[in-house]
Amino acid sequence: MSEYRLEMSGVVKTFPGVKALDHAQLKLRPGTVHALMGENGAGKSTLMKCMFGIYHMDEGEVIYEGEKVQIKGPLDALHRGIAMVHQELQPIPERSIGENIYVGRYPMKCRGLVVDHDKMYEDAAQVLKEVHLNYDPRAKLGTLSVSQMQLVEIAKAVSADCKVLILDEPTSSLTAAEVEALFTIVDELRSKGVSIVYISHKMDEILRISDEVTIMRDGQYVGTWSAKELTTDFIITKMVGRELTDLFPKRENIPGEVVFEVEDFTSIDPKSFRHATFNVRKGEILGVAGLVGAQRTELMEGLFGLRCHTAGKITYQGKELKIDQPKDAIKAGIAMLTEDRRATGILGVLSIADNVSIASLNQYLIGGIMLDDAKIEQLVQENVAKLSIKTPSSKTQIQSLSGGNQQKVLISRWLANDPDIFILDEPTRGIDVGAKYEIYCIIAELAKQGKSIIMISSEMSELIGMSDRVMVMCDGRVTGFIDGAEANQENIMALATRFE
Amino acid sequence: MERINSFNPKKFVSDYAIILLVLLLAVFTFFNSENFVSQSNFKNLIINMAPRFIIACGVSGCLITKGTDLSAGRQVGLAACVSAMLLQQMDYAAKMFPDLPDIPWFVAMLIVMAVMSVFGAVNGAVIAYLKVPPFIATLGMQLVVYGICSISTGNQPMGGYKKSYLKVASGTLKTGAEDVSGLFLEEKANLSDTPVGFVLDFVPYLAIFAVIVGLFIWFLYNKTRHGKYMYAIGGNESAAQVAGVNVSATIIRIYVLASVLYGLAGFLVGAKAGGASTATAYGYELEAIAACTIGGVSANGGVGKVSGVLVGVLVFEILKICLQFLRLDPAYTFVAQGLVIIVAVALDLRKYLAKK
Repeated sequence: MSEYRLEMSGVVKTFPGVKALDHAQLKLRPGTVHALMGENGAGKSTLMKCMFGIYHMDEGEVIYEGEKVQIKGPLDALHRGIAMVHQELQPIPERSIGENIYVGRYPMKCRGLVVDHDKMYEDAAQVLKEVHLNYDPRAKLGTLSVSQMQLVEIAKAVSADCKVLILDEPTSSLTAAEVEALFTIVDELRSKGVSIVYISHKMDEILRISDEVTIMRDGQYVGTWSAKELTTDFIITKMVGRELTDLFPKRENIPGEVVFEVEDFTSIDPKSFRHATFNVRKGEILGVAGLVGAQRTELMEGLFGLRCHTAGKITYQGKELKIDQPKDAIKAGIAMLTEDRRATGILGVLSIADNVSIASLNQYLIGGIMLDDAKIEQLVQENVAKLSIKTPSSKTQIQSLSGGNQQKVLISRWLANDPDIFILDEPTRGIDVGAKYEIYCIIAELAKQGKSIIMISSEMSELIGMSDRVMVMCDGRVTGFIDGAEANQENIMALATRFE
Repeated sequence: MERINSFNPKKFVSDYAIILLVLLLAVFTFFNSENFVSQSNFKNLIINMAPRFIIACGVSGCLITKGTDLSAGRQVGLAACVSAMLLQQMDYAAKMFPDLPDIPWFVAMLIVMAVMSVFGAVNGAVIAYLKVPPFIATLGMQLVVYGICSISTGNQPMGGYKKSYLKVASGTLKTGAEDVSGLFLEEKANLSDTPVGFVLDFVPYLAIFAVIVGLFIWFLYNKTRHGKYMYAIGGNESAAQVAGVNVSATIIRIYVLASVLYGLAGFLVGAKAGGASTATAYGYELEAIAACTIGGVSANGGVGKVSGVLVGVLVFEILKICLQFLRLDPAYTFVAQGLVIIVAVALDLRKYLAKK
């Protein structure tokens, strides 16, 4: 037997028009945590989906426990002892936790005709205990929060008694305490000899938990290093393929007078945001910090008319705004980039041109009825040039672009309306390091032009690096403000965990 | 990057599989039957296509927004019945409303379209505000409309139409030109056996209605805000809402427009048949949905063109004519048509699955 538990080499996978993997490789030793890193679109998830049998690779081989194997599908992978926790959860919220853990492989009785519920729940309770989760396996999964569901998903993978466990961005929605809990589980599994593939964008996590690091770029294998010899700068350089001197652009905006005020803004849902009072200045970047469940997104969506509120007053330049739906907010000069680009941002099958112009079609009417295609094309071309959007043409479907370029298209959509207030909810989520910098530059430029920016972010460095002021929320309430120059991880966390 | 204009034979075949199959069937039919390619058959094709294209245009908007309209066929049937009530001969013995004044056919047409728009408004409101899935909402409406149709006609078939109404369907540019010439000349010109007459005879009035509707829908879908909003909702409803699109209003407009088109189509179907009953336009909704799907209107939403709808209707009509010329028992043709619908949707969805 070789020193590796699983070796993938020479993996090629082509999608229509894109070579997602180009001779990628990965070698896993037993009892180690192996971090897989790379920008978005580098092919990490694709490689893992090949390992787990969701995708079939065009070329390449997999040697598992010294034997050349072909993984036919997820079920085959599970039978061989390979389990995966997906980046995007696939829960069935209406069914119980136990059923979610054992879906597809229920314990049976009566010669395999009837599901043995008692055994299933007993086993589920055992598994949950193993990963230190104190939930009732008979409770509906939907009663848990998103981060709790993520932990259940990890329990599910553990219950498969796996030898290889793939964790694809497991901490993206976890709070600091939950991350600690996860790391404890990972440590225990490692000491049991499980090989763990750990995909994450968070450098500090990687350097802390992993033994080895493999870096990928553009579907290709860059190299594998022992985690001890790595630094953040080195990893970024290898991931991007060039030196990144500054993570954040120099900001030249000068915050002016207060233009946008929110008073006592309260949700219709008693568990959501309440009594939110804050203001934003002209040309100011207001960072919004908080843990998962702090209701930051909900508050902003409430301001934008996507959620109902019971009380509260919004004023812009002294004038009270009445916002019941997004249309009203847009008319008042507010723009919003939502958190989940794919679910509530892009119009996937439509062209770049349609995606850019959809919010501002009223400006391109001839005679009040017909749209001026030439004028729309001009708008699109201007924005493509201004924001350096990389696309073959304005007719290209937006879903074929990378995350960063999609985000730029969405920013162009709002620029066409010339709004004064930008609400940016996790503007760089799912965007690779190089493109992040470009987004930061755009944000800084907008602030310099006198736009007011409200930026929700879960990345501390981003909040500290970009904000003139940081507003911190906890459990639906605004718990404090910190001046951008004084903001640091400690004082933000202190406010973010100030539960009642 | 994918080259935009490169030709990929495999992709071409899978994208146009149904169309190619039907064309093959047409070639087969041509060699195995008589008179398949004839003037009368061609004219028939055009006359049959016209109302179906108008219905399919209506349904296409619903499909593009990930909806559907199962009440389409019944609405067409009701429209045909209402047209009948309004346009029976003044001296017809079994006239339903003996006291009804003489209404010109185009006024009746507008009345029918206005009446049908009410059903579309209800469909749209139920879907947009009550959030009832379009499948269920329009299935319910199908029954409601059928019931209303039965009650209002007393389950009696109707006939005895005015000549002017019948002419809407039977007339062609040739008869039109002859009639117009009668206004200027002592005796009507006779264009039969002239080359001009031969060509004009291929353009029934029904085709003109269809062309006008087609151009209108093309303009609406490609050149107006409504069209852009419709594609946006089909592409991603939540995202469209965030972008400030008034989703509810757009959906209601789509269903109202669809019903207005069913009204027009019903009016034409009635004229063509020379009578109407509760059974008129049976199953037309499925034909329309099938034609749209064959023509590339995606069941996944956000995609669909008027030209595609036209091709879809054409292909489906050719299929029916082929089966008829091959002397297949009509019962079998239902089976064949049903299979084509399923295969068309399966192939359409495959285009998206193929990316995995």
